[in-house]
Amino acid sequence: MTTIDHSLSVPSPRSITEPALAGKTQNMVLNMGPHHPSTHGVLRLVVELDGETVVNVAPDMGFLHTGIEKNMEYKTYQQALVMTDRTDYLAPLSNNLSYVLAVESLLQCDIPERAQTARVLLVELQRISSHLVWLGTHALDLAAMSVFLYGFREREQILDIFEMVSGARMMTSYFRVGGLAYDLPEGFFPAVKAFVDVMPARIDEYEALLTNNLIWQERTMGVGAIDSAAALQYGMTGPGLRATGVAWDIRKAMPYSGYENYTFAIPTATNGDIYDRYLVRMAEMRESVKIVAQAATRLKDMGDGPWQTADRKIAPPPKIEITQSMESLIHHFKLWTEGFKPPRGDAMVAIESPRGELATYIVSDGSPKPYRVHMRAPSFINLQALPHMAKGQLMADLVALIASLDPVLGEVDR
Amino acid sequence: MDLLLFGIPALVAIVGAIAMLLSRNAVHSALYLLLNFAAISVLYLLLQAPFLFATQLIIYAGAIIVLFLFVVMLLGAERDEQTPHANPWQNRGAIVGGVLLLVELALLYVNNPGTIPIAANLDDGFAAPTEIAKALFTTHLLPFEIASFVLLTALIGVVVLHQRRS
Amino acid sequence: MTWLDILILLVRCLVLALASATLFAYFTLFERRLLAKFQHRIGPNRAGYIPLPGGKKLFGGWLQPAADAVKLFLKEDVVPAMADKWVYIMAPGFAVVPALIIWVAIPLGTWPDGMGGNWLHYAPIDVGVLYLLAVTSIGVYGIAIAGWASNNKYSMIGGVRASAQVISYELALGFAILAVVMQNSTFRTEEIVTSQGLIWNIIPQFLGFIIFLIASTAEVVRSPFDLVEAEQELVGGYNTEYGSMKFALFFMSEYIKLIAMNAIAVTLFLGGGNFPGIDTLVAAIKTSNGDTIAYAVQGALTLGAFLLKTTALSFLSVWVRASVPRVRYDQLMHLGWKVLLPLGLFNVVMTAVFGVLFPADSLIAKIIMCVVGVIVVVIVSATATPKHAKRGVTLVNPSAGN
Repeated sequence: MTTIDHSLSVPSPRSITEPALAGKTQNMVLNMGPHHPSTHGVLRLVVELDGETVVNVAPDMGFLHTGIEKNMEYKTYQQALVMTDRTDYLAPLSNNLSYVLAVESLLQCDIPERAQTARVLLVELQRISSHLVWLGTHALDLAAMSVFLYGFREREQILDIFEMVSGARMMTSYFRVGGLAYDLPEGFFPAVKAFVDVMPARIDEYEALLTNNLIWQERTMGVGAIDSAAALQYGMTGPGLRATGVAWDIRKAMPYSGYENYTFAIPTATNGDIYDRYLVRMAEMRESVKIVAQAATRLKDMGDGPWQTADRKIAPPPKIEITQSMESLIHHFKLWTEGFKPPRGDAMVAIESPRGELATYIVSDGSPKPYRVHMRAPSFINLQALPHMAKGQLMADLVALIASLDPVLGEVDR
Repeated sequence: MDLLLFGIPALVAIVGAIAMLLSRNAVHSALYLLLNFAAISVLYLLLQAPFLFATQLIIYAGAIIVLFLFVVMLLGAERDEQTPHANPWQNRGAIVGGVLLLVELALLYVNNPGTIPIAANLDDGFAAPTEIAKALFTTHLLPFEIASFVLLTALIGVVVLHQRRS
Repeated sequence: MTWLDILILLVRCLVLALASATLFAYFTLFERRLLAKFQHRIGPNRAGYIPLPGGKKLFGGWLQPAADAVKLFLKEDVVPAMADKWVYIMAPGFAVVPALIIWVAIPLGTWPDGMGGNWLHYAPIDVGVLYLLAVTSIGVYGIAIAGWASNNKYSMIGGVRASAQVISYELALGFAILAVVMQNSTFRTEEIVTSQGLIWNIIPQFLGFIIFLIASTAEVVRSPFDLVEAEQELVGGYNTEYGSMKFALFFMSEYIKLIAMNAIAVTLFLGGGNFPGIDTLVAAIKTSNGDTIAYAVQGALTLGAFLLKTTALSFLSVWVRASVPRVRYDQLMHLGWKVLLPLGLFNVVMTAVFGVLFPADSLIAKIIMCVVGVIVVVIVSATATPKHAKRGVTLVNPSAGN
């Protein structure tokens, strides 16, 4: 990217409503959302329609703004973690990971291999579960209703695994600064194995319903295409960018948590339309299953071991130590009353969330609470490209297009 | 009984037609026109011509008014706006035409005093599909083909006009 | 016509209306249970079960339609402030009346009343087939004016879509029906049924049957042609602003129209109440038990065969709904005008040519037509549908840190 195309922009809602109110256009201005069934939450789109052709779209955001980033400034580092669950509520573990990695990079602490492997395993499961929701809702938006229920059947298996490890199905908060919240439970490996065994066949099943389905191809091929230059300029990341042919994946480009040790590929496509985004995500699910299988084998080989850092300034000591050691008791007391204090400075760590590049930026002033937390939310940034892709498409394509961008409004608004 | 069966649909047809003219809303007008057409189709039924009844419903009620509605809804032109450049002769012409029609009716009645129009006595085959087909494809073949050419011209005209615009 | 005749007629009409409403109610249950099976769910299985010892529940769900009806009855009936009140209120009626009156011209079976009539065919009119076509074509008014009267942009788009869609597919539907009329040389539905005998029209009119199935699905705005409601785009389309019984009426009209369309397909293409063996059985009963019983048995059996075939087609409708995505507006128009309409014309011409070349009821002609029909369907589905290059993903595996 050397040149900047200044014609690419994101229109504001007012730029559409005001000419319409002034009677300067014959086109219909449709207010789509915030409570519209296909805007995946509370996205509001101001759509200018000529017949059924979309002339212009302006996304209007902020209906789900809950001040998560601001609230995190009033919590200790460990407490603030639970807020991250609530941003991208379809991939809470990915948010956990991004935040935890940023804090750990501030603290410069070492994480045991076992915890890292477990993180990779769970985050990849999370990617599959998030993609399953995307697949289901995307198919449902084009009225292929059965795929939705098939997808949720497998997602249920993943959520059961999450419940097993963390006690919660969605708001897991399982990753902690310094490692994991608890050790992996009994029955974890059989559950993962059952899932890994069944999943590839299930992905075939979804693809059998959609990939070569003529109506599906008609509805998605060549619709909402974007080229790689425009996608890069809008800052798109994740499957949307990879569908344009740019093989950009943080797991390969800037590996974290030991991703460099796993064998997997980045699926890319060339057309950048809805169908290619679909293909890329389907292939990503297959790759994720492979990573999960590899991570599970490794974890098994490792046997039991520590699941959090040995640094008692960060991770609390085990309960048994508290009964024996005065120092441990003090650590415990300090951690749960005040929290740990990272050195002054800032850190930003990006991970590949299911939706793209999710980065957490943290500024520390040396106190136990973050001075500022900011998340580079892929949903928010990918959404900017929506007007560019939607222009000239039909109203029905707009719905498919939103689904193919897979925005999570909790993450868009934060 | 005959008069009643004839009178009710005839009255409905006339009321529908008048209401269509007077309605200030294009969609309402279209619906009154639908009422009018439906009443007329009942009149065909009274003439022992079920084929005409069915075609009247299929063509006029089922297709033409649906198209009217489609266009009105698509353009959002249902609200009545007095067109400022309406031809001033239009109203006067309509009044003259209406008066002439009334005069003609009066003349008819004067010339045939004492008769009330009743349902015509028609033979069984009247307006049967075969009869109509025969008429269209033998005796009236030329006008039928000319009419189809006129329609074809209109169709081609639409295509040409649309292509020139885009 | 005596008062007794009129009374009998009224009772029969009431029976028909109630029967079609019941059919609708149980079709919804049928669809929901079936969709649930397709989607690894259970479906409505609670209302009205019979408890068995051991905690088992028998016949769960059979009261679900009644529960739905009660729920819809008890909902508040709202008229939006900006709606065109009278048109808004009239629209459900416009939708439901054609759906109900369409049934009178469909021969549901053969139950001779001994006086040349048929208890199961209400109106054996001259132009029965045209009547069916006329009634289906005015069925769109309910949807179109509901969309307009609601004064809601989504409803309006739904209404506009409905009118364009129904007009477009009416042509293909009309041509499919016309070919059947030519095949059997009659406009009377009951004669079409009897003249089919045991070689149903689906054999000579295979092409017509396929066209009819697709066009009728579009005509009753059923999935995958349900762009008119398209809850994902139009939030329910024309019925967005409707609730309570008015919504129930729309719902009812939609499903009754669907069942009626399937019933028409059975009448025109699948031999109506004909079924191999019924005639022999009835003849046997007639000699042993007399006319009245034989007629009753014939009525029951033909009605059963008719309902069986209708249910089979309804199953197909549900199956399609569970499997395919919705088409887009321009694709719908493309299919209607550029594929189905020429095919329908071709079918009419083919029927005419075979009608001239071969004597009526020639078995060879029927078989040849069937073969031609199958070939045309195969060729068209292979060529007229857009071809997409096979696409796949490229798996890129750059080395770490690159």
